[in-house]
Amino acid sequence: MKQLQLLMGMPITVEVVDPTVTETDIEKVFAYFRTVDATFSTYKEDSEVSKINRGELRKEEYSDDMKTILALSEQTREETLGYFDIQHDGIIDPSGIVKGWAILQAEHMLKEAGFRNFYIDAGGDIQVAGEKDGNLWRIGIRNPFNRKENVKILAITDKGIATSGTAIRGQHIYDPHYPHMPLQDIVSLTVIGPNVYEADRFATAAFAMGKRGIYFIEHLPGFEGYMIDAAAQATFTTGFERYVLQQ
Amino acid sequence: MKKLIVSIVIIGSFVIYSFIHAHSGPVAVVANTPATSRSSSSTATSTPPPPGATATSGSGYNDGSYTGSVADAQWGFVQVKAVISHGKITDVQFLQFPNDRSRSVYINSIADPQLTSEAIQAQSANVDIVTGATDSSQAFIQSLTDALSQAHV
Repeated sequence: MKQLQLLMGMPITVEVVDPTVTETDIEKVFAYFRTVDATFSTYKEDSEVSKINRGELRKEEYSDDMKTILALSEQTREETLGYFDIQHDGIIDPSGIVKGWAILQAEHMLKEAGFRNFYIDAGGDIQVAGEKDGNLWRIGIRNPFNRKENVKILAITDKGIATSGTAIRGQHIYDPHYPHMPLQDIVSLTVIGPNVYEADRFATAAFAMGKRGIYFIEHLPGFEGYMIDAAAQATFTTGFERYVLQQ
Repeated sequence: MKKLIVSIVIIGSFVIYSFIHAHSGPVAVVANTPATSRSSSSTATSTPPPPGATATSGSGYNDGSYTGSVADAQWGFVQVKAVISHGKITDVQFLQFPNDRSRSVYINSIADPQLTSEAIQAQSANVDIVTGATDSSQAFIQSLTDALSQAHV
């Protein structure tokens, strides 16, 4: 059973393959994402994040989830050499860590309910578990220059995968100082990690590092990455190919 | 005696060679550094910070801690934190991954591995799911990039 809802400003898809699944089981997952959104949305005036940013809450009044997210954000900031930071102009926007974390909590919910074969996809960041029809989950890496195409097909299970990227740019941009040199800007960085929370936070931070980001991922044990630059050239980590679908 | 002369000639040639190449371009200078880094991976943490990171030397700074940009050293990436008190640099610390397993890999890597590149190519196989950047993560990156640019002023 597969369902999609637009929540937190993005499409969220849940597919559970186990035959015992009911609509209620999947609705519970969406309900959970709605509560997360109600707490952490910077677009909702009555969210806890908005209250904090307006100075209406003292630290002692923060919810447990908020304390967790703030602690995880700080830990991530340290682990990524400051490249991940939810503070900006004195306000916080933890959405960069909330998404991966929420997907991971949803995965725990489904596992606790006894499901083994499923995926949860929130805006292109995905947690997969088990398999579908006897195969590993097949995940395409979207072509950043053409949303209808995939440029890599992966076959993975019990892992998280996340992609960070910029707005799609024209392919005719060049550096006026070096008009004949191909642009080396990074447009897309996909990270495979032990779970979607880990993959998402490190994809976000590594993307902000520019060309060095893929080396940051290379140095992280248990993570692989696939980076696409503005010249449509991809660079990938040494262990990445074992996740590529063998056809 | 013969050995001594030979040694002097070799060392002399090397000095002249280094001198010539030091002026021909930065590439030759950089090319000498892996050998010294390779001699002992444990000395990595005491390697002086790269030029970019030491650009904060001088006086008249606001007190506080400042994190430098990540600099590409031959054996990996380096980043330092400068601590300023009373307008002067009082400490320069190496920032490390708090994760020990990461750190050991990080320090032990003599040089960045040569990663494989390829031109991207459309694939035709069917997929269950697609990963790609979402608009919300784009906004986050923009915000993050902006915050970073402010931190570097």
